[in-house]
Amino acid sequence: MTPFTTLTGIAAPLLMDNIDTDAIIPSREMKSTGRTGLAEGLFAPWRYSEGRNPNPDFVLNQPAFTDARILAGGANFGCGSSREHAVWALAEYGIRAVIAPSFAPIFANNCLRNGLLPVALPLGQVQALAGQVVTIDLEAQCVRHGADILPFTVDAEARTMLLEGLDVIDLTLKDRAAIAVWTDADRAARPWVYLAKAAS
Amino acid sequence: MPQTLFDKIWQRHVVTVTATGTTLLAIDRIFLHERTGAAALKSMAQAGRPVCDPARVFAVMDHIVDTRPGRDDTTLMPGGQAFITETRAAALAAGITLFDVNDPDQGITHVISPELGIVLPGCTLVAPDSHTCTQGALGALAWGIGASEAEHAMTTGTLRLARPATMRVRFTGILPVYVTAKDMALALIARHGAGGGAGHVVEFAGEAVEALDIEGRMTLCNMATEFSAMAAIIAPDEKTFAWLAGRRHAPAHFDAPFWRSQHSDDSAAFDREIEIDAATLAPMVSWGTSPQHSMAIDALIPQGPERAHAYIGLDAGQPLLGTPIDVAFIGSCTNARLTDLRRAAALLQGRHIAPGLSKALVVPGSEATRRAAEAEGLDRIFIDAGFEWRRSGCSLCFYAGGESFPPGSRTISTTNRNFEGRQGPGIRTHIASPETVVASALAGHIADPRALLAKEFPA
Repeated sequence: MTPFTTLTGIAAPLLMDNIDTDAIIPSREMKSTGRTGLAEGLFAPWRYSEGRNPNPDFVLNQPAFTDARILAGGANFGCGSSREHAVWALAEYGIRAVIAPSFAPIFANNCLRNGLLPVALPLGQVQALAGQVVTIDLEAQCVRHGADILPFTVDAEARTMLLEGLDVIDLTLKDRAAIAVWTDADRAARPWVYLAKAAS
Repeated sequence: MPQTLFDKIWQRHVVTVTATGTTLLAIDRIFLHERTGAAALKSMAQAGRPVCDPARVFAVMDHIVDTRPGRDDTTLMPGGQAFITETRAAALAAGITLFDVNDPDQGITHVISPELGIVLPGCTLVAPDSHTCTQGALGALAWGIGASEAEHAMTTGTLRLARPATMRVRFTGILPVYVTAKDMALALIARHGAGGGAGHVVEFAGEAVEALDIEGRMTLCNMATEFSAMAAIIAPDEKTFAWLAGRRHAPAHFDAPFWRSQHSDDSAAFDREIEIDAATLAPMVSWGTSPQHSMAIDALIPQGPERAHAYIGLDAGQPLLGTPIDVAFIGSCTNARLTDLRRAAALLQGRHIAPGLSKALVVPGSEATRRAAEAEGLDRIFIDAGFEWRRSGCSLCFYAGGESFPPGSRTISTTNRNFEGRQGPGIRTHIASPETVVASALAGHIADPRALLAKEFPA
């Protein structure tokens, strides 16, 4: 995973509430069976007008925001489908952080697993940061804008994983022995959970 | 200390807790589908990480499969076939159980997992699909995750989690006639918002929840993700045990003390409580572009975001009743189980849909559901009434590039999401119960199912 430490850039405003993952990438744009080739489809319904021409009204098509690496979004950002393609598409486009009043839980988790930082701040602060050049400092857990220092919190473990760009599966595999002990005890207590090997 | 049902399941599955408070939680069951399954399995294979226990992992083709009779691997979605063939190859290589396109057990993940007794009370189950919360209706802790988390669960048998908060939503009283579990879910989300459940595992309780049949409970839990809850759960009772007994992967008997301990203790504390009087609910229909834009069918459209009114083509202050519709759809993991189909068919029997509809479609939630419905003659009732009768799959719940309608078309649908473009570019979706979809299909416009009752039993 690409580490995330600090990031300075303009926060592209997309302040509607309940922006869902179908809007971030519609199902029909999920053309790849892997994790790449998705940036084309990012925000497709809003980003393109008829004939797949850029819609000049959409924020990422405006020259100031085309290269934005930060989005400022509305409440419950990323609700709906669990498709990780929404995060893969954002990351492939170049977005590394989303600032919003709240996030849908699966989306927030998917961000953290892909080196993309969800920053939850009160609505008034998100509105004030939208369209501005800001610095997100994960080590210090704050967003800086001019003289303002706006604190946010990220789960302690997720923060370490992001700062160091660690692979979470490798981390868990260090607990292999504890998992085996738990499984043996559980197999004795709840034998009905453990199914026979799948028939081929 | 008194515990909630969530506490009991969580505590049993804790493998270890890190110094920073992250819990390593054991995962009993993992379910994949073709839209995300290939990505997860392929990426594991590339990293040289095997599935730690293939016996607990299942996969099914449901999202983009063709639902027309005589189907094969080809899909109406351009390029969709690769998702099916790659998921098949990856599932085979990983040694997991696959329910393939024409397997007799094929169906929508959250319909077949309960049908086959794969999800069980007191278990943890995850799937890279947001509607996994449906399966909490059986008393399991079941939730949707991303593909990376699915890799983690398959590789290690665990997930790393921060402990969520708990919420109890109590539905007191008895539901009126033709008001259903779907209406309960929409009423909750309309009142408390699409983000109202964020950070919480929601336990549904109360007289109206206990009175629901198991399939109705699945409908209620299904929409917890539309409330941004991590999961929904309902305490298993004798109905649950009777429903599960004899299913392929379920124990034959649920008489051990463990099963009857899977409920919240009387004085257990929840972080948040909501109470709703079920007796006051009406059939609910969405008017806008979020499930929180839902209203009693006989109310006037409230003022919402301008963008939602513009997309849906309806203004605040006007009635929703009487709005002409083009398409009626009965299907999805929300409302395509046998009891849904029975209730819809009972209202349709001897009637015919309005001539103005361009399509009316029933897609059973599973092939087993389809066969059971056909054995009861329900397919004939639907076909005679003007509906198409299909094979199982997710179908019109979302648009992947296959079946859709001209922009601006208006659908009434038993599905769970009315987002902009969810059913195709420019499609205006109204989500509702099967009863309301049938009443509307018969009328050709959004119609109150209670009016059908009044026609049959005039006062």
